[in-house]
Parts: sequence; structure tokens; C-alpha cells
Amino acid sequence: MTEEFDATKPIYMQIMEKVNKKIVRNEWKAGDKLPSVREMAVQTGVNPNTIQRTYSELERMGIVETRRGQGTFVTENEEVIKRLREQLKQEIMSDFVRNMKELGFTIDEIVASLKDFSQGEGV
Amino acid sequence: MIQLKNVTKKYGNVVALDDISLSMEKGKIIGVLGANGSGKSTFLKLIAGLVFPTNGKVFVDGHEVTRRIGRNVAYLSELDAYYDGFTVQDMLEFYASQFMDFNMEKARDILDFMQIEPVKKLKHLSKGGRGRAKIAFALAREVPVLLMDEPLSGLDPMVRELIIKGLISFVDLEKQTIVMTTHEVDEVESLLDEVIFLRDGKVVERAFVDELREKSRCSVAGWLKKIYEGEEKQ
Repeated sequence: MTEEFDATKPIYMQIMEKVNKKIVRNEWKAGDKLPSVREMAVQTGVNPNTIQRTYSELERMGIVETRRGQGTFVTENEEVIKRLREQLKQEIMSDFVRNMKELGFTIDEIVASLKDFSQGEGV
Repeated sequence: MIQLKNVTKKYGNVVALDDISLSMEKGKIIGVLGANGSGKSTFLKLIAGLVFPTNGKVFVDGHEVTRRIGRNVAYLSELDAYYDGFTVQDMLEFYASQFMDFNMEKARDILDFMQIEPVKKLKHLSKGGRGRAKIAFALAREVPVLLMDEPLSGLDPMVRELIIKGLISFVDLEKQTIVMTTHEVDEVESLLDEVIFLRDGKVVERAFVDELREKSRCSVAGWLKKIYEGEEKQ
């Protein structure tokens, strides 16, 4: 099935986010080969030019590297992946904390409720 | 790759396209949107050399479009056209005899992907089957420009998805440009680099899909809706 995309964001960015998540989760490991542009395009139902843009952006950020004639690979620089993981965490945290503060929760209350929540969820 | 210079097309007294100037780059998939009667089909037919401008000129690859442009342009009509007794295989052979650039091996691969059996008669295929076969015939031509008039119109969602995936799998954007008219912008949005929006024979808007989404914070379909609603208020 073709993927569904959020209407408010550029598609190339949404695919970037998906790739980043896979790398951070270690589903795609350092040095792994990414699907070719065409394969990724068919999988996601997206224009190959869009996928090319995604790969170029990821390359610009140092997250992947393209080797001539071989394809695109996840960087072997663990430092970059660590930083990416940290950055994604910060983004989610700042959204979450801002939302909670808007509801009037203090940081202590947020921390406490997170602990309660994760116990309840069995995480 | 494709260029229109001050193109006006009239059918009798009716203006179908009104002084359009624009160019389209190589290697893009471009959607031509607009209501019925906005001039979408005429726009494609002018590039295909099936109709000619009343004023102005159309160029493909630097050459002015004539009746012989068919050598550089594949045109997929909204209508079905085939001989009654023809099988899919007969049609392949017919295409191969008409077009030097027809790649028989690629045609078979595409038909296979589209789940169409070459031994079947065209008239015995379902509507969706004929829609897929037509795409296969057009995509198997190694031409710089592929024009598609409503390739998804009236087809069910499964068939549309198969066609979209087939297009992505087999188009060669290093060498080819696709221009398609469509009502189903929702379905093809992820396929398009650019959209050209026509109304009453004029280009009202033109945008890169990803830029438009970023700027307007909505999909192309949502953006179109806003344009129409804005007009109703005026």
C-alpha cells in the first residue's frame, strides 16, 4: 500500500524523517545500504525526484553518503548518528514540554506523571 | 524541453487556451489541473501535435511541433482506441511497427507488472485492465515526452495504485518528462513535481508541489479548494 502523507509538510521531508527514525532505531545500521532511489520511490509511491531530494538532503547533513556506482549508505560515523538521535529526542521533548506547560503543569509534575505513565504502560 | 510561446487556441469562436507562455523542464512529472472545459486536454493535444495553435508556437526539444512530433511524443488519450479483434500482443506488435522507439521487452515487463496477460483480447479486458494496458503501451516507448490525458479517470483505487507504481517503476526521468492532466490530484500528488492550474484557458497558478505544501501548509487538493472558495466569495 502506498504510504499516507501529512498534507501540511513537504513529502521529501516526511521521507527524511522516516529514514532518520530507522537509522536512530538501529533498524538501518551504520554502513548499511539504503534502497535505491527507484526502489524507495516504488515502495512509498513517490516521485523518484522527490526521493533523490531526500537522499541529497540526508547527504548534506552527513547522515548518508553516496558512493559512485554503488549506491547510498548510512554513515559509518557513529558520532553523527548519536547527534541525530539526540536532536530527534530534543525536538520531541521540547514539543511535549511546551504542550504540558501550556496546560499548566510544572516540570516536577511532568516528570512524576511520566513515571506514572510508563509504569501504567508497562514500559 | 517543452515550450509554449503566446499560444492561443480557438475552436471556431470558442477560446480554449488564451495566450499561454510557459516552459517545462526535462525530467519532471507535471500535473495539469483544472475544471472541465478549462483547456487541459487542448493543452496536451497542442504538445502532441494533434491540434495546432491559432496563434503562437509550441516547441518540443527546440523543434516546433508539427504532425510529425509523434516521433518524440507519446500521447495517451482518455479514449480507448483499438481494433475489435486485437489481443494485447497484437497491439504490442502494432505499436512496434508504428514506433521505432517501442521497446518490446520493456512493454512485456510493464504488462507483467500491471498483471495483464498478452493473450487476452483488449475488448475482453475490464476498464481497469484497458487503462493499465494503455499505460504500458505508452511507457514502453522510449520518447522524451509522455503525455497522459486523465490516466486514472474512472478507475478503482487498486488499479490506480498499480498504475502509479508502474509509472514510478518504468519511467526514465533521466530522459523523459511526463505531463498529465488529472482530476484525481489527491491520488497523484506524491507523483508530481509540479502543478499547472488552468482556468478558462489561462494559467492561474503554477507551483512546485513540495514548495506549495511548505508555503500553504496544505496539500495541492486543499490549496485548489481554497482557490475555488476564494473565487466564490468574490
